[in-house]
Amino acid sequence: MRGRTDWRREAGPFLALIGLPLAWFLLLILVPLGAVWALSFAINTGVASIEVTGTLANYARTLEPTYLGILLKSLALAGLATLVSLGLGFPVALAIAFAPPPWRTPLLVAVTLPFWTNLLIRTYALMAVLRDEGLVNRVVAALAPDLAPLPLLYHDVAVVVGLVYVHLPFMVLPIFAALDRMDRSLIEASLDLGAGPLATIRHVVLPLAGPGIRAGVLLTFVPALGSYLVPDLLGGPGSQMIANVIERQFRRADDWPFGAALAFVLVYLTLLALALLAPRRPAARA
Amino acid sequence: MSALIEIEGVTKRFGAIVAVDDVTLNIAEGEFFALLGPSGCGKTTLLRLLAGFETPNVGRIRIDGRDQTRVPPHRRPVNMVFQSYALFPHLSVRGNVEYGLKVAGVPPAERRRRVDEVLALVQLEGLADRMPDQLSGGQRQRVALARALVKRPRVVLLDEPLSALDAKLREELRFELSRLQHHLGLTFVMVTHDQDEALALATRCAVMHRGALVQVGTPAELYEFPASRLVAEFIGAVNLFEGRVITDAPDHAVIDLPGEGIRAWLDHGTGLPGVPRLWLAVRPEKMELHKRAGGRPAPRMEGTPPGHNVLAGTIREIAYLGSESVFDVELETGRRVRVIRPNLTHWDQEDFGRDEPVWLGWHAEAAVVLAR
Repeated sequence: MRGRTDWRREAGPFLALIGLPLAWFLLLILVPLGAVWALSFAINTGVASIEVTGTLANYARTLEPTYLGILLKSLALAGLATLVSLGLGFPVALAIAFAPPPWRTPLLVAVTLPFWTNLLIRTYALMAVLRDEGLVNRVVAALAPDLAPLPLLYHDVAVVVGLVYVHLPFMVLPIFAALDRMDRSLIEASLDLGAGPLATIRHVVLPLAGPGIRAGVLLTFVPALGSYLVPDLLGGPGSQMIANVIERQFRRADDWPFGAALAFVLVYLTLLALALLAPRRPAARA
Repeated sequence: MSALIEIEGVTKRFGAIVAVDDVTLNIAEGEFFALLGPSGCGKTTLLRLLAGFETPNVGRIRIDGRDQTRVPPHRRPVNMVFQSYALFPHLSVRGNVEYGLKVAGVPPAERRRRVDEVLALVQLEGLADRMPDQLSGGQRQRVALARALVKRPRVVLLDEPLSALDAKLREELRFELSRLQHHLGLTFVMVTHDQDEALALATRCAVMHRGALVQVGTPAELYEFPASRLVAEFIGAVNLFEGRVITDAPDHAVIDLPGEGIRAWLDHGTGLPGVPRLWLAVRPEKMELHKRAGGRPAPRMEGTPPGHNVLAGTIREIAYLGSESVFDVELETGRRVRVIRPNLTHWDQEDFGRDEPVWLGWHAEAAVVLAR
């Protein structure tokens, strides 16, 4: 029997295959990212001149109450959006995984359908639903004519709704994949041993969907934390997120070093989330 | 004998397919009952109906006198050993075995005691903290068994319990299953496609075909007195000869076998008056081989008048299996007959050779007459 192919023995083909993607990765991702990282340790010396001095002043500034507040708020909004997505996404994934086979593909397509529409258009559509004269408030007005329109748009609620709307497929799909792989006889075994449907979900389905849930949380939380368009269009003055502040530093404030520091705080947080939630290697088998 | 499980006129359809077709069956307390049949015969569906994973379209199922027809699986007094074992991969051996006690709210101290007890019973002491993927196939099987036994169910259901194991282990666990069932006095209902397994383990078997019960009886009844060609051919090997009844007296019968040009003598009446066409079934190990070379005359078979129950043939193939040899004998008509001969001494296997002319015969009490 042949062992696993060793890239060291097949260096030629290996390099030919990996070379271009590697160059792409270095040139277009690592180099610019490195440049921005260097900028985060720089100071503005003139109108258009920047000097990398190794200062930590930019990072110190990110801890000022204004910015720290926005950072915490971003974490809170992204965290809340992730929780809501999980709450909505798990039952949806469960329902699709246990739907009769002919239904599954249409249901999966339905979940991913919004995904094929431009984000900007989807966000504007959501504005139409949430604004004072929008769909939600018209329904409210029809039911309770005396009530003032609910201030949904330009508010944290709108941002969370928007984030959930955008990221729900990223929650549903990995959980569905985990549930779909699960051996159905495990559920039958649980029922057979006297556990009701809810106890079975709690003791068997949830633990076994764990990797899928972790992946879904990661795929929802990380992009939600860095969201720019959704808080920009749906949020009010008080519901800005960190990406909106970063954009302002680079463009309107023209303070690249501070913008870079803020951007890298976001990168550090993302790496932290990855370290906490990324799937671990399964324990070695005996 | 009062029935613990009463299956009354149960039919289960999946769309246009009738998986279980009007089955009525009683199983008594303490029986080791086997549902035997080829794949797709409905035996697994019948087991799943007992477990509650399926609900019958027609009919009723009672266990211990209580109607269980529409009771969901988690409220039935039965536990199942799944074919793939279905061990929870995220729980240890202890976690798997105590699962049923935990969800039933059994306090931890008692849980621990009962799990230890049942693990000792299936000889898995010391493995309680292992995870399922650290166990061998045989050990997993024992965990699945322990998990089904720990709740002391009224009925233990086993779905092809030994099919995933290799031959040696299968035999070992076969004895163990038998020992456990006897020791605990529990009622076991097993599904299997393996006739050896059913014959070796079961106190009673039902042979299923196309959703219906074909014959129910003890293993010996099914093997020695099959009710149809289907059962005769499914359980063990059999040689079938088409014929018709010449004489049918209470103490003997004579069957004409026109295809072979001889007559067969039976030590009992057929009880099949007026059946124009029937089959004589003779098991391979119930046939004898005699030398025919050099013009030796046909031997007279025990309990028969001369000239009955004897056929001329030539050995074409020999399979030496150690404990016995299987002979493929060609008759003068060209059809093949199988004969099994035990190797009682070291030299029995040398008695007959390939292409040797032989006489085949069987005793008056060795054959069965089948009308279907």
